[in-house]
Amino acid sequence: MKAPTPNTLLARGLIVLLMALTLLPFLSMLSAALAPQGTYPNGLQWPADPQWSNFVKAFEVAKMDQLLLSSALIVLGVVPIAVLIATMAGYGLAKLTSQKYKWLYLIFVFGLTLPFEAVITPLYYEVRALGLLNTRFAIILPLIGLYMPFGVYWMRAHFLSVPHDLTEAAQLDGATRWKEFVLVQVPLARPAIMSLTILLFLWTWNQFLLPVVLVQDPMQRTMAGALGAFQGQWGTDVPLLCAGSLLILLPTVLLFLIFQRQFVAALMQGAVKG
Amino acid sequence: MSENTASVPGNQRPPVRLPPSRGSRKATMTAWLFIAPAAIAYAGFVLVPLGMSFYYSLLRWDGIGKARFHGLTNYVTVLTDADLLQIIGNAFQLVLYFTLIPVGLGLAVASAIRGHMAGRFGTATRTILFLPQVIPLVAAGIAWSWMFASTGLVNQTLKAVGLSSWARGWLGDFTWALPAVGIIGAWVLLGLCTMLLVTGITKIDASLYEAARLDGARPWHEFRYITLPGLRQEIGVCITVTVIAALASFDIVYISTQGGPGITTTVPGLEIYRLAFAHRQVGLASALAIVLMVLVLITIAPVQWFTRDKK
Repeated sequence: MKAPTPNTLLARGLIVLLMALTLLPFLSMLSAALAPQGTYPNGLQWPADPQWSNFVKAFEVAKMDQLLLSSALIVLGVVPIAVLIATMAGYGLAKLTSQKYKWLYLIFVFGLTLPFEAVITPLYYEVRALGLLNTRFAIILPLIGLYMPFGVYWMRAHFLSVPHDLTEAAQLDGATRWKEFVLVQVPLARPAIMSLTILLFLWTWNQFLLPVVLVQDPMQRTMAGALGAFQGQWGTDVPLLCAGSLLILLPTVLLFLIFQRQFVAALMQGAVKG
Repeated sequence: MSENTASVPGNQRPPVRLPPSRGSRKATMTAWLFIAPAAIAYAGFVLVPLGMSFYYSLLRWDGIGKARFHGLTNYVTVLTDADLLQIIGNAFQLVLYFTLIPVGLGLAVASAIRGHMAGRFGTATRTILFLPQVIPLVAAGIAWSWMFASTGLVNQTLKAVGLSSWARGWLGDFTWALPAVGIIGAWVLLGLCTMLLVTGITKIDASLYEAARLDGARPWHEFRYITLPGLRQEIGVCITVTVIAALASFDIVYISTQGGPGITTTVPGLEIYRLAFAHRQVGLASALAIVLMVLVLITIAPVQWFTRDKK
């Protein structure tokens, strides 16, 4: 970095201000979460006697252990399958089809801007007809489909950037397309697959609309969906609500802090390509 | 890509030139097998429901009893009913906050820093500014409901600087609830836009700025004639992401205001949910859903058109 000039000082000042604005709501929640239960705390005020036990209470009331399990099951049901079939289709569209099949790709891309609300009503009736209402599959199956536009778009873009010589080499060695895909293409696609996995994990974990509409029981929902129910039940008890909210957003924040570089790269690329 | 499969006989392998078997039946089969799982999932849970949405939108149906064909009446209602028009208008008002604040502040930071953010400071900045992207929108909604509450930090700050008369229950105020919801969205999207623009500006050739300075350009001119055109793509990305977030918003509104007071903060996403599942007007809900989808498409299309790389 260059030596600080007045301009970079101004920039740093601006950035520090933005960082403060970003952090304030979290700090405000933390200070409220430590206030005595049933009180109306002030916006940002360190309590004289911090009630760390509020977190324990919130953990028990929200049944956090069950929620974690439920969210994990949903993520495990969605992400591996969605990543696998999106990778396959991305490869198929980039390497195995000619211009003639561009329309197929365009149909996938059409879904990129589709708001989930546009299909939520029929999804409800479809999931009900399948007998899956109020089960985790009511979230898992639709999400796999809803992620296809982005997943296929993302993986196709990656496979288009892979030089064709590679395919030729594998073909000359007599590899079938499947072998080439598994042994050559997928290992090379690891960074793209990694980013896609991170994004789909976040979107699934934080998914709210589907759980709210399709699953009544908060214990069968995602973390975000359960948080909605938690607010409905404890909305008036500010300390408990804030403690519960902080607990519920903790797992993704921890993962984010550990894999900061990968998350930031994935989120930025995801925005650019999406 | 050059493709001259037409000149290659279908089942005969040419000596070196590949792809050899494109166009042959077996190759087509393989391609379909690769694409089929994704296509089936997409068709089953997106395309078919979308078709059903359109079909429902032509019905008068309470979701339980018999449905009656209703023609385009639902669409007429969506486009003429005062409440529904206000709800659609609310979504576009949210665009102002969701889009202008993050893009404006992001541009300010980017043009001030105009360089890489390296080292610990850079890492800390990235980490903190991306936090709102990682947490569920629901959590952002709860955090800000608390910020905007009558004893929350916003009012506390106003009182501290002697503006007690401005303090209010922001999310329950007929005038201020929608801007307050807009601020929540701006907070969520601010970091992402800032980082995209800061990264984008490092790709602009620094010699352009030097040349401009030698020519005696003012900072405003540098911004207008170098920074803005150079960041066209990144700005396009930010606008696209934020506009979709605003028009299709649901989570934040559901948590922070439930669409109230009155319908001052109700957005199409929330109204679809209410109409379909609380008021049992599935046809009208579906017509609103289709209109929302079309609105997103026609709002995004010009942005994509103007900001695409025209090289």
